[in-house]
Amino acid sequence: MSSSKEPPRGDGLSVSRRGFLTSMGLGAVGVALPEITPATGPEIVPAGDVTRIALRINGRTHPALVEPRWSLLHVLRAEVGLTAAKEGCGRGECGACTVLVDDQPRYACLTLAVEAEGAEITTAEGLMEGEELGPTQQAFAETDAFQCGYCTPGQVMATEALLRANPHPSPEDIRGGVSGNLCRCGAYENIFRAVERAAELRSGGAS
Amino acid sequence: MIRDAEGRYWEEGQEVFETPQAAPDPKPWSETRVVGTRRMRVDAYERVSGTAEYPSDLLLPGMLYGAVLRSPHPHARVLSVDATAAEALPGVRAVISGFTPLNAALRPHEQLIRETLFGPVRRFEGEAIAAVAADTPYHAHDALRALKVEYEVRPFVSDERDALAEGAPLVHEEGNRVGDASTYARGDVAAGFAEADVVLEEEYRTECQIHVPMETHGCVASWDGDTLTVWESTQGVFPVQAGVARGLGMPLSRVRVIGKYMGGGFGSKLSMGDYTLMAALLAKVSARPVKLFITREETLLSAGNRPPSNTRIKAGVKRDGTLTALDLSATGTGGAYRAGGTGGLDFLVRELYRCSNVRTETQDIYVNAGPARAMRAPGYPQAAWALEQMMDALAEAIEMDPVALRLKNISLVSQVRGRPYTTTGLEACIRDGAEAFGWEAAKARAEATRDAPVRRGVGVAAAMWGAGGGGPPATVILKLFSDGSLNLNLGASDIGTGTKTIMAMVVAEELWVDPDTIQIEHADTGTTQYATASGGSKTVPTESPAVRAAALDLKKQVLEIAAAQLGVDVATLALREGKVVTTSGPSQEVPLARLNDLRRRGVVVGVGYRGPNPEGKMVNPFAAHFCEVEVDTRTGRVELVRFLAAQDSGRVMNRTTYDNQVHGGVTMGVGFGMTEKRVLDRGQTGRLVGHGWTDYRIPTAMDVPTSLEVLPIDLGDREANSTGAKGLGEPATIATAPAIANAVHHALGVRITATPITPAAVLEALAAQRQESTR
Repeated sequence: MSSSKEPPRGDGLSVSRRGFLTSMGLGAVGVALPEITPATGPEIVPAGDVTRIALRINGRTHPALVEPRWSLLHVLRAEVGLTAAKEGCGRGECGACTVLVDDQPRYACLTLAVEAEGAEITTAEGLMEGEELGPTQQAFAETDAFQCGYCTPGQVMATEALLRANPHPSPEDIRGGVSGNLCRCGAYENIFRAVERAAELRSGGAS
Repeated sequence: MIRDAEGRYWEEGQEVFETPQAAPDPKPWSETRVVGTRRMRVDAYERVSGTAEYPSDLLLPGMLYGAVLRSPHPHARVLSVDATAAEALPGVRAVISGFTPLNAALRPHEQLIRETLFGPVRRFEGEAIAAVAADTPYHAHDALRALKVEYEVRPFVSDERDALAEGAPLVHEEGNRVGDASTYARGDVAAGFAEADVVLEEEYRTECQIHVPMETHGCVASWDGDTLTVWESTQGVFPVQAGVARGLGMPLSRVRVIGKYMGGGFGSKLSMGDYTLMAALLAKVSARPVKLFITREETLLSAGNRPPSNTRIKAGVKRDGTLTALDLSATGTGGAYRAGGTGGLDFLVRELYRCSNVRTETQDIYVNAGPARAMRAPGYPQAAWALEQMMDALAEAIEMDPVALRLKNISLVSQVRGRPYTTTGLEACIRDGAEAFGWEAAKARAEATRDAPVRRGVGVAAAMWGAGGGGPPATVILKLFSDGSLNLNLGASDIGTGTKTIMAMVVAEELWVDPDTIQIEHADTGTTQYATASGGSKTVPTESPAVRAAALDLKKQVLEIAAAQLGVDVATLALREGKVVTTSGPSQEVPLARLNDLRRRGVVVGVGYRGPNPEGKMVNPFAAHFCEVEVDTRTGRVELVRFLAAQDSGRVMNRTTYDNQVHGGVTMGVGFGMTEKRVLDRGQTGRLVGHGWTDYRIPTAMDVPTSLEVLPIDLGDREANSTGAKGLGEPATIATAPAIANAVHHALGVRITATPITPAAVLEALAAQRQESTR
């Protein structure tokens, strides 16, 4: 089971999710719990306890009612309706859900939505200039840097993050920069070329 | 079984292997303008922008999320499932298990629910116990945790090497052998070995490889009265439609399956899964659309695999390199159910090299583990791992170059099927591949590093694929609109191989139109024509001739319309750049958009069918892979310095996607040979060890060859079909792992006969070598 889907544990850590719950003054925790003993797992979270947050996504503010345990990925996809970021594993192994949080690449499946409040979140949709592809996306299209395309928005975001931090990466930098993003179709060779091409396009190179 | 008008038997919902033949197939093009060039995919924009809608992206009003409880035991009887607490949780809308009271919606599916989906005896870890639907995925997983299940845990056997031992726990009452061994023989192997100068015998093992596509398996199911629509992540919407219709007892016309985008399958999504029927039932009970995608962990347990293999090969060769005998015995396992655990394991030994005396025996065995599903050339990478290492060992034993030994044993006919190939690129793949790779120079360079701590080695391996020719049925419709733009309507899925783009290129080639003016409608049983699943490396050789036939049918009608309008003989007309032009007599032309009859009708429709394959011939793709490695003898790390894949897949349709597909095949072969291994806790619990990609390691950007070159070998196949294309996806992965193993052997002088070649395996092999030399 994915760690992001596990219920919060009252493990005494000062910034535990339970701590957040309590500090939000949700005094009803436990009251609505039916009398059950779960077959496995420590306890059941009272479903439906939600908190209001406002996320900054692609330059706009999105208010949302979320459960504290919800991942940023779930909120982006199911609540906000931005489905470019994909779930590949739900456990921080594949990078299909990569988004930028304040310009840093983050696995949205391991980021709680409530943690992301106050940060500037960028998804692949946010790289578009209206209907036009952004330079990193354009580079992926030109170099055929995908097959099934499912991991592609994540690869694009990893590349975007790499190039924002390092506009002229070496081949080693490129491999390292996208090594957190799996591609089961095995399109890595062209992904490396896409990163090179994106660096060119972003620095105003030949188009 | 139903008998049709012509007296042929077919089963409802099964593939019908005959389609009407519209016209005799034309010869393949001798020159092309579009086909064979490099062209950006028609759906590149959607895939890089994030607007491509995968089934798992779909959001429908009122949609619920499904989740599946799966057995934690490799073998158990389910005594009870208590859903009381789960059903009482807020947000939970439906729970179905083998113990669910059946209401009116479920009663017709009693057998499906009680015996098939949630049967009483669960024979592998990950077999389903119950399914739930809830408002969010979180609520659904809360519900799973609240289900109370009582199990009677039974003894298990999780490894096929233990399963035939006396007293081994039985997976099925009838025993752990899946029927009798399959055998094959030609010639006389004993005589062949007697004739040989050198006879070698070796055992090889390959570990279980799992597909793990990036998008997990699943669908969205939605009912509208008696009609069910399923958006499934699949390689073939029509097989899913047939499976759902059969499973739920519905007519095909009431099941619509849509699968325009999908996040990888590699054989594991050729047909529906248990999740498809569960989603449909949950949607029916809850009267809501249900999205059910399984978790990553479930893909490791219950969504198929390339099963492990154990292969012993005994081979005889003369000093001049002539193979005299090949004898193979192999075991494998399709898991807990009949799933072709040894399918394809012996084909390369029977077919790849010329040899008069061959004997094979394969035995499929039941174990308490997830069933196999077809995985990218089922059986072949396992077989190549064994055979191609044996060829290398034979070459060494007779002091012959491994490339030369392979070239010495080329067959121009299919020895298994007794028919010639339309084209055999095996020799060209090996010879031209070796030259492009710089085999001799690389070999010499590698041999100069023998005393260094970091040593180089080169390796070669060859392959063929026993399918890859495609064939009927395929029906394609091409519509010309009044402004000269087109709609191409085909049922096939584009699983990331660039099918749509290639088909648009075929239309553009035949009609001389801009490929960008072609809109493509595909992979929807409600709106497109029957197609088989995209698998078996047959989509392009199956569909492209049908697309070409549709274009020719359309062209014929358009030229007739133009001939009437211009008052000329139709034979003098041709299509050029969106216009009808005269090719002889007085020069006249009319743009497609100015054809009066087309404008009056609004549309002209061309229909194309896939004709039969050439009689008495075999259509097969071939390949040879070359690899240069650098092995650090201190750390055991193997670096893939250089890789070249020579592929005979007939005509190159789109060089861009051709190269990409070969890159992918090689990468998956790297995983098979170097990183991937399903580990079951064989001795203690029988359960999967590790539950994600951290433990089940697929190649990352750090694992692929530093340089990866693709060399297409196109012999101009005039017979295979009307486009001359053969399959590519599977032949691109078969030879990779043994080429690496042979290169590692060349570097170190030790042979690693079991996958995966990890640093630990290299260090162990080196340690054994040192022990051997000091003995």
